[in-house]
Amino acid sequence: MKGTVLGIEGTAWNLSAAIVNEKDVIAEVSDMYRPPTGGIHPREAAQHHAKYISYVVTGVLDEAKKKGVDASQIDAISFSQGPGLGACLRTVATAARMLAISLDIPLVGVNHCLAHVEVGRWKTPATDPVTLYVSGANSQVLAYRMGKYRVFGETLDIGLGNSFDKFARTAGLGHPGGPQIEQFAKKASTYIPLPYVVKGMDLSFSGLSTAATDALKANSMEDVCYSFQETAFAMVVEVTERALAHTEKNEILLAGGVGANMRLREMLDIMCTERGASFYVPEKRFMGDNGAMIAYLGLLMYDSGNVIEIENSHVNPNFRPDSVDVTWLPKDIAGRR
Amino acid sequence: MYLISGAEASVKMEDGVLIKERVPKSYRLKDLDERIRRERTKAEARLLSEARRAGVPTPIIYDIYNSTIKMQYLNGTAVKHVIDENLSEQIGSLVAELHMAGIIHGDLTTSNLIFFNDRIYMIDFGLAFNDSSIEARGVDVHVLFQTFESTHRDHGILIDAFCRGYRKDFRQADEVLERVKEIEKRGRYA
Repeated sequence: MKGTVLGIEGTAWNLSAAIVNEKDVIAEVSDMYRPPTGGIHPREAAQHHAKYISYVVTGVLDEAKKKGVDASQIDAISFSQGPGLGACLRTVATAARMLAISLDIPLVGVNHCLAHVEVGRWKTPATDPVTLYVSGANSQVLAYRMGKYRVFGETLDIGLGNSFDKFARTAGLGHPGGPQIEQFAKKASTYIPLPYVVKGMDLSFSGLSTAATDALKANSMEDVCYSFQETAFAMVVEVTERALAHTEKNEILLAGGVGANMRLREMLDIMCTERGASFYVPEKRFMGDNGAMIAYLGLLMYDSGNVIEIENSHVNPNFRPDSVDVTWLPKDIAGRR
Repeated sequence: MYLISGAEASVKMEDGVLIKERVPKSYRLKDLDERIRRERTKAEARLLSEARRAGVPTPIIYDIYNSTIKMQYLNGTAVKHVIDENLSEQIGSLVAELHMAGIIHGDLTTSNLIFFNDRIYMIDFGLAFNDSSIEARGVDVHVLFQTFESTHRDHGILIDAFCRGYRKDFRQADEVLERVKEIEKRGRYA
């Protein structure tokens, strides 16, 4: 595999552009939309992206130039085609199309969820993992099987991070909720029973978030945060374990912003140790949304001829990872080991 | 023999009785872990008898305590080893009975169907739940078709026979089987 790709991420609050080649990230420049109060306002996030897109793109090109990589050496432009907030996606897609036209190079539409998985495979020793991808908007268990990344389990309503955010907002903790909930949980003394909703292989978090908010009336913030975390994480670890048993794979990869939580990592680590599986977590900059992962999957797709025409480059706010033909991997990935 | 211990539960025999115990998960808090295992054991026992009342042969339950179920051991053969067109049609009728009763098995495989005393028994309701939606039924059937495809060479014939049985008395069968095709296209794997 070879080539140099500029990728842009902007599905939600982080606008980030990066240039990568097969060896490493050459440059990355990001600018985060930070809501003054409350959570992410889709229109304001999109306005933020429109305002800062030229800053991140010129920034990343300048930085790459300092490292000896000129704009003329870029082989393709990739962008987050979805899933994400429609207005944000359209802003980023417009910039990506314009860059592809002006540099006269191909355009690659990247599935955001798969970019999380692939950057994890790139930056950790994982080769054929079951991936637990937990972020604000997404909560999925993914694994590769016969030409596609299959979804083995997923949330039926909101993402795990989003359920933390909803709770935190009503509890007056501010946005994002996860880091604060983690701090409070450390000082807890009692577990309060909360709804544990696993349906087959799928998960539901919206009721849990509401129940946690209600529990605040009679319990301390510390105990509620602790119980919320313990319940929600046990749910995702259970589904991940089941996917691991079902697929007979032996690696777990953690992806997404919620993966920063140390208690979640600990639980996954215990599960993996007991099952004799390996557990991989990429370094923090590759866990949350980042431009490098979009550029990297863009490179994999470009290299395997998976590019799109401008006319077919519509964004897809509900872009499912299991709809993507995985052109960059052999059908039987396990055989490569 | 079908005494296979999975990620969820361990299974053993004692005096001709099958004992299924849900294993503790040490990544979960003890309180939470015990609650979940107790609730699921009760739900599993309830759905096993609900299914039998609806006309689907299942093992008879002798006792339930904490997270353990004592039940009848069926000294038969996993359908996986004996399946043919005729059995597949019977399986279709059975799954229809189950779905008409508002139950989803959750893990329909040819290993969880036992041929015993000239009848097909359904076992392992560990992932079963009550649901009458087309989607849940579709996923249930989809999972079974996938085991047909991955373990049986004549899976096309088996699938056709299953559909015949499934359609026989079930008014919503066509709608469910239509959804199965859609689920396949989605590539969703559950």
